[in-house]
Amino acid sequence: MPGLILFLSGLLLAPLLLGVTVRTKAAFAGRRGAPLFQQYHDLVKLLRRGQVMSGTTTFLFRVAPSLALVVTVSAAALVAPSIVSPGWGFPGDFVFLLCLLGLARFFTVSSALDTGSSFEGMGASREVLYSALSEPALLIGFGVLVRVSGEMSLGGMYGGLGSGEWLSAGTALCLVAVSFFIVLLAENSRIPFDDPNTHLELTMVHEVMVLDNSGPDFALITYGAALKLWVFASLIVNLFLTALGGSSFQYIAWFPAGMLLVGVLVGTVESVMARLSLLKTPHLLAGAGAISVLAFILSTRFLQ
Amino acid sequence: MTITLLFISLCTFLAGGLVPAFLRGNSRFSRVFGPVANVAGCAVGLLGVVLSMLYGPAESGSIHWGAPSGSMAVGIDPLSALFALPVLVISALCALHGCGYMKPYAAKGKDMSRFWAFYNFLTGGMLLVTVARNALLFLLGWEVMALASFFLVLFDAGREPVRRAAWIYLVATHLGTACILLLFSMLGSGGSLDFTGLSLPDRSWAGAAFVLALVGFGTKAGFVPFHVWLPEAHPSAPSNVSAVMSGVMIKTGIYGLLRFILFMGPPPAWWGWTLLGVGLLSGVAGVLMALSQHELKRMLAYSSVENIGIIGMGLGLGLLGISYGIPAMAFLGFAGAFLHVLNHSVFKSLLFLAAGAIQNATGTRELDQLGGLLKRMPVTGAAFLAGSVAICGLPPLNGFVGELTAYLAAFTGIQNGAGTQGALPGIIAIGGLALMGGLALACFTKAFGIAFLGEPRSPGAGSARESHFSMRFPLVALSLLCLLMGLGGWLLVGLVEPVVGMLTTGFGFPVATGVHASHAESTLRYASIGSVSVIAAVLLLLFVRSRLLARRSVTTAPTWGCGYGSPEPSMQYTASSFADPLTGLFGPALGTGRNLASPGGLFPDRAGFSSDTPDACTDRFYIPLFTGMERLFKRLRVIQHGRINLYVLSIVVALAALLAWKLG
Repeated sequence: MPGLILFLSGLLLAPLLLGVTVRTKAAFAGRRGAPLFQQYHDLVKLLRRGQVMSGTTTFLFRVAPSLALVVTVSAAALVAPSIVSPGWGFPGDFVFLLCLLGLARFFTVSSALDTGSSFEGMGASREVLYSALSEPALLIGFGVLVRVSGEMSLGGMYGGLGSGEWLSAGTALCLVAVSFFIVLLAENSRIPFDDPNTHLELTMVHEVMVLDNSGPDFALITYGAALKLWVFASLIVNLFLTALGGSSFQYIAWFPAGMLLVGVLVGTVESVMARLSLLKTPHLLAGAGAISVLAFILSTRFLQ
Repeated sequence: MTITLLFISLCTFLAGGLVPAFLRGNSRFSRVFGPVANVAGCAVGLLGVVLSMLYGPAESGSIHWGAPSGSMAVGIDPLSALFALPVLVISALCALHGCGYMKPYAAKGKDMSRFWAFYNFLTGGMLLVTVARNALLFLLGWEVMALASFFLVLFDAGREPVRRAAWIYLVATHLGTACILLLFSMLGSGGSLDFTGLSLPDRSWAGAAFVLALVGFGTKAGFVPFHVWLPEAHPSAPSNVSAVMSGVMIKTGIYGLLRFILFMGPPPAWWGWTLLGVGLLSGVAGVLMALSQHELKRMLAYSSVENIGIIGMGLGLGLLGISYGIPAMAFLGFAGAFLHVLNHSVFKSLLFLAAGAIQNATGTRELDQLGGLLKRMPVTGAAFLAGSVAICGLPPLNGFVGELTAYLAAFTGIQNGAGTQGALPGIIAIGGLALMGGLALACFTKAFGIAFLGEPRSPGAGSARESHFSMRFPLVALSLLCLLMGLGGWLLVGLVEPVVGMLTTGFGFPVATGVHASHAESTLRYASIGSVSVIAAVLLLLFVRSRLLARRSVTTAPTWGCGYGSPEPSMQYTASSFADPLTGLFGPALGTGRNLASPGGLFPDRAGFSSDTPDACTDRFYIPLFTGMERLFKRLRVIQHGRINLYVLSIVVALAALLAWKLG
């Protein structure tokens, strides 16, 4: 039941997280910024429109947005309840989760190539570059969690972590969180990997892949992107919440605070640094991988 | 009964090979007889394999046939059955595909008798390799398989690159065979070459024997650095032959490796580490090379190197599980490798057959000449999409099943290993598999996206037509197999469980396979439930979407070109531009050459760019090695004088010496 609450609140509140980020950036820039609920207005507006489809495209272009959204919702369904119900999920469910996200990526990239536009080809090419480098960082990070908690499912992992584990392997867990955060920025096309504000030359990854999408399909994509950010953020928030211990309802109470913090953090990163040049972004992702490996070495050192 | 069926199947392949060979010139008869004999032989053999899976292993016993140490001993146990199964299924489907695919060759007046003769010999040879129970008989099957596939690669011998590729393949396969011969002389030093009598005379020889087996069988399997023949031979062979070679023939290398290290006693840890390392190297190098290729079949050949690498990593984890006493890692590692053997044979042959259909329809396999084929060849395109999703290891298709099991093995190593024993191989495998998965996604979105999506980049691609029914049928069948094996992954675990049980018992580390199998099954069942619900939800959402759009205006317009008025198909992203960020990142290791002809002058007329990635292993290692050897062995040419009487004399001298040695 608490799991269901977390899942449904995720579905409802995901666009709000983006609103928080936007307001943070506005605060740094000394502006008032768009309303917190702007994303919801955009979604409703898009859902009520018709569509313009490119004549070059095939069925892939029509299927990809729906598929990507369904996959992200399933990811949320796997991740959201894990903090409150240790029995949730199955051994290796996080691998299944990443493979599902890979399936969505396959179709998003293909639908970008489906238009025959070289802009979208460019975005597709960069998307696969980032994902190839972020996957090792994520999976090795999960390896640390498996090692420290001794469990193989998301629910088990978060359930198996407590203040004891944080005392003995806290450094490793913090490093995992850093690595996850870098991956979050890359996977969700945030600065320093990509600039979500503009549509063309500056934004050559996610936004450029969906240049030809419009109307309800674009609403599905936008909502899916917000939900994906929510899922990745909750992976990190869940990790830190395990340090607190306590009952399910305490978790549920603390969870929004954690998410708010991640939203503000993403906004802060976007305000204080510029987008990295494209040639340097792989180094940052390789760095995330290195941090994950370091965390793993620490975890084997302290947990014989 | 099982053995009789296997004999009948082998004899059918023999007949299917001999009859067309003697009826050379009667191409029309062979074009019917060849595939019919092949499918019949496969059906009978398949019945035998299924019977052995249901009612347990069977042995024929040793039937002497006169050759020293040789005997006609065949048998089938779980290991044989697992490898014979894809041989028979894939061969039959590729034979069907060949009926349509070979038509243009037949129309050009090529003699089809030769093709079908060698095709039947190839299938028969592969079956014999998996069921032989005598080392000499095994070698016979091994050489029939190698030579038949050599002649099939040479089918289009009029072209120079084909002759070169076939030559490289012949040299590679016989270097492997040389190692295998040495290995057999070690294992058979007890006098008998029947499998029941094979053993090492001394435990201290085990290390050398393992290395020989790894090099000998690894050459056939395509482990880096012995992979150089794959990217040459696979593109040169007709596509249905490449499908058989890449889908199933290279797996006989894995079979041979496992079959013969079973005779070497309990594995020390370095065997597992070696296999894990070789697998990791093959996987990463294979997928990087695949990513940087623009020729479809060459790319698929390198991707086979990657997948053999995944299988090698699974086997390495399994062996390490045995050496370090972690039963769950041993079971899951082996199971992952075997599941991937089965799954790879399906999706890789599917991809090669689709590549053949593309070549027939467009006349080219260069990705940068293709485009927009999904609209023109919808069935082939959907099949290629299925194969691509499967090979990236994504649910709901079958590539995912083996990879998930291999991941589980690695994570189990991290979880269970005392200290760092299981953790180190585990984390290496996880990092490697994750990197390979991401790169494979890049590779196959490139192949599918550039070839099938967008606008055609050449007139040939623009005028492509969907292929003949005989070519579409195997594609559809294999795609459905991909889906069924993906959704029913937990059923496949039951198929590989006896094989893992046999291996672990053979290595002296019996594992309670039932318990671990049920764990893997439950994970795969959950994953299947997840996949089915995702599919259902997507269909539901698509339905809602179409209802939503039914009353709205949905218009068609050209792709948005940022305001540019006259877009051209040549302005699309190409295969080399798509892969450029990744090949650039791994550039120092890949050695990608870039040829840029910049536009010059006030009125530039010509400009061009091309990139090309040669095989670093060939260029930096094998070519210098073989040039050096040629220089060294040039001196031996004095005995190659061409005088037959002297040749006969040297044969007589050699025979006399042998006689004197034997009698003396």
